[in-house]
Amino acid sequence: MIIDQISVFVENNPGRLADIAGILGKAGIDMRAMSIADTAKFGILRLIVDKPREALELLRAAECVVSVTPVLAVSIKDLPGSLAVVLRVLAEAGINVEYGYAFVSRKQGNAYVVIRVEDNRRAVECLAQNGIKVADGKEIYE
Amino acid sequence: MNRYQPEIECASEDRLRGLQSERLVRTVKHAYDNVAFYRRKMDEHKVKPADVKSMDDLPKLPFLCKDDLRDAYPYGFLAVPRSEVVRIQSTSGTTGKRVVAFYTQQDIDVWDECCARAIVAAGGGKDDVVHVCYGYGLFTGGPGLNGGSHKVGSMTLPMSSGNTERQIQFMCDLGSTILCCTPSYAAFLAEAILEQGMADRISLKAGIFGAEAWSEEMRRDIEDKLRIKAYDIYGLTEISGPGVSFECSEQTGMHINEDHFAAEIIDPATGETLPLGSKGELVFSCLSKAAFPLLRYRTRDICVLSRKACSCGRTLVKMSKLMGRSDDMLIIRGVNVFPSQIEAVLLKCGLPPNYQIIVDRVKYTDTFDVQVEMTPEMFSDTVRQVAARESELVSALRSMLGISPKVTLVTPRSIARSEGKAVRVVDKRTI
Repeated sequence: MIIDQISVFVENNPGRLADIAGILGKAGIDMRAMSIADTAKFGILRLIVDKPREALELLRAAECVVSVTPVLAVSIKDLPGSLAVVLRVLAEAGINVEYGYAFVSRKQGNAYVVIRVEDNRRAVECLAQNGIKVADGKEIYE
Repeated sequence: MNRYQPEIECASEDRLRGLQSERLVRTVKHAYDNVAFYRRKMDEHKVKPADVKSMDDLPKLPFLCKDDLRDAYPYGFLAVPRSEVVRIQSTSGTTGKRVVAFYTQQDIDVWDECCARAIVAAGGGKDDVVHVCYGYGLFTGGPGLNGGSHKVGSMTLPMSSGNTERQIQFMCDLGSTILCCTPSYAAFLAEAILEQGMADRISLKAGIFGAEAWSEEMRRDIEDKLRIKAYDIYGLTEISGPGVSFECSEQTGMHINEDHFAAEIIDPATGETLPLGSKGELVFSCLSKAAFPLLRYRTRDICVLSRKACSCGRTLVKMSKLMGRSDDMLIIRGVNVFPSQIEAVLLKCGLPPNYQIIVDRVKYTDTFDVQVEMTPEMFSDTVRQVAARESELVSALRSMLGISPKVTLVTPRSIARSEGKAVRVVDKRTI
């Protein structure tokens, strides 16, 4: 339902992102999804990986500033209009979406949208009431 | 001949020395009698006011440092009853405490007189329009030149800083002839005037530019663009403000108003007085101040003094352009900045003091970047929160320093460390 996103501070410098990706790659950590929020001065890398705990420790050991953020992974059909349905439900419940990004899983043949909201539990309830499935960690990580 | 008080400005060395000695004796007694710090310090050094009979005895007196003034904040160095004080001025914020300087009416008159000498040396007179765009307020720049211009009898425009459009409009409409501001603002104004095609509508003939270091190249550039003569001026709040020394038509250094401020050059490491012509730290003793009579105040500014005959006819000793500092103070856009102030703000904001100050000069304007190492506490997965914490830090720095730095968040432990010690300041300016 609620999965762990790894958030990493990325200084605005060529090569910085490559360094971080390299650390995870070398340790055999697989990225399921990623997004980068960039401002004029810095970036925030957001990752969904198969082994979040391991990734966190590795990045901390490499002196990266990292945090774990619980986010929602909502399973949707890979069809036009699917995302709009989810967002409409949240909007009508007055739940503000801080950010989001999407990915498609080869194994499951499904699309997922990762959504960051203030109150995860309430968002899950709203979505469930409207028959929208929130993916569990197992489904995403495996 | 562009002199405000030729009898002083061109007096013989002997006469000046005599006047200095007489005033020094009086000021030492005044300070000893009225300031507990001096009594204690002089007693510790086993020197009594009676031991100071002439300028030759000046090196017997103990030095005074900025920290002494901070420790005595606010009234510790006040040497007259509060009822005699008519004005205060203050330096920009320093770690926790500022330095507050006091003036009696007589002190203001002396300060104004010193600035009047600078304005007259730059060709100013009753018919001139003196355009002052130094800041007004606690900063001494605006009030100093304003007072000097009044003494001269020029028409004074108290513009203060900022609002370039209005500056240029007044300059054109009122026919400003002498511009007083920081050299970087003068360069900025010159660009703006040229860009707006207003060069033919201004009547400037001279500029008096101080409060920050500037090069000969910058002088020539400002002179060419504004078609003026550009004069340097020096001063510090502790001693009075601008006008402690000023440049004459020769433009080869600044004449110190030594009838009011006695200058010495010392070795900053040993405190030993160095002979004329040596490079070292400039030390001032006030000779005629009543409210705030600082004696042997260490400015931390490095320069050279010279008594070579000047073509302007003045005999007042000349100081070179500043060649650096004997402490870690930076002057950025005319504002004094100590790295320790930035450290204090970071600690107050709950951040570790891992930072680096990067100063550069782009198109004659100082750039001021502070790199701060990111911490888990400051980090968040949302841009909104990180940006909010960053802007909190910027406003805390602004209120401490009086100028706004650009803050850049960087990777932990990425700030250059040499031999384990972080490099706090990278000054790329070539002045």
